[in-house]
Amino acid sequence: MVYFTLFTSTVMRNIKYLIVGILFGIVLVKSQVVSWFRIQEMFRLQAFHMYGVIGSAIVVGMISVLLIKRFQIKTINQEAVVITDKKFHWGNVYGGLIFGLGWAITGACPGPLFAQIGSGFLVIIITLLSAIAGTWVYGLLRDKLPH
Amino acid sequence: MDFIKQPWPWYVAGPLIGLVVPALLLLGNKTFGISASLRHICAACIPASISFFKYDWKKESWNLFFAAGIILGGFIATYLLSNPGPVGINPDMIATLKHQGVKDFSGMLPQDIFNFGQLLTLRGFVFIIVGGFLVGFGTRYAGGCTSGHAIMGISSLQWPSLVATCCFMIGGFVMTWFILPYLLQL
Repeated sequence: MVYFTLFTSTVMRNIKYLIVGILFGIVLVKSQVVSWFRIQEMFRLQAFHMYGVIGSAIVVGMISVLLIKRFQIKTINQEAVVITDKKFHWGNVYGGLIFGLGWAITGACPGPLFAQIGSGFLVIIITLLSAIAGTWVYGLLRDKLPH
Repeated sequence: MDFIKQPWPWYVAGPLIGLVVPALLLLGNKTFGISASLRHICAACIPASISFFKYDWKKESWNLFFAAGIILGGFIATYLLSNPGPVGINPDMIATLKHQGVKDFSGMLPQDIFNFGQLLTLRGFVFIIVGGFLVGFGTRYAGGCTSGHAIMGISSLQWPSLVATCCFMIGGFVMTWFILPYLLQL
């Protein structure tokens, strides 16, 4: 009973993120961002589509962040919005290159991996498990890698 | 309804994705990012006393709900909001990919490569398993993926995110132009 109550409160607290995730997943599929072919077009410079999607997402995100900062818009719980600065480390470069290599093979970054599974491509569950394994191996080797 | 069932153009989809940034900030001070969910899954299921996975992942459980939502959204969009059919891709690319060994252009993914039967072949192993491993390892090493760095990071003017995004693209170009043609032949 205690566990059930804890579980319900966790779910209720997080349901809004589930809903944002659903909307995001719908957009990913409807705009074909989850398509392996669209990622290939992007890297082969044979279509503007992905550049348009990512570029306009950045512009809208940037304007939103500027407005939030400029007018000090608060969260729905009346907290100040905090965005922590990212510190540069060489992992941004080495890890970025490694991710790029993988992105062009799988045709999917982590978000689309989840969306592809929902779209019925169940073999991508294996890709996701492998990505989890990759994250785990990074955690294991972290101290030995250059950052 | 007809508009919804058609594929959405970039100028509809991109701004909607951009709005995820303020939505998560205003709903609970969360920064947009998905690859961190892979870390939380490691911390929850297989921490194995690795210091990188010793933290209170339950505090970050919103991210797992967000990821679960993406799966559901993918399901809804595909089964309720779409007309089935191939992705309208550049015919020049279809010609190139056919030449390089891709056969199936009928769906979102080339299903001659991405299917369970292919897992037992070298090519399937590389595309399904090695590719996924590089995505999981690389995003965590880089500290984020397309959402966390390219969209959230650049939106909030974090220059390390711009560096990471450029490296994502360089890695992708190198793979597509110089390595992928050989992998497709495996």
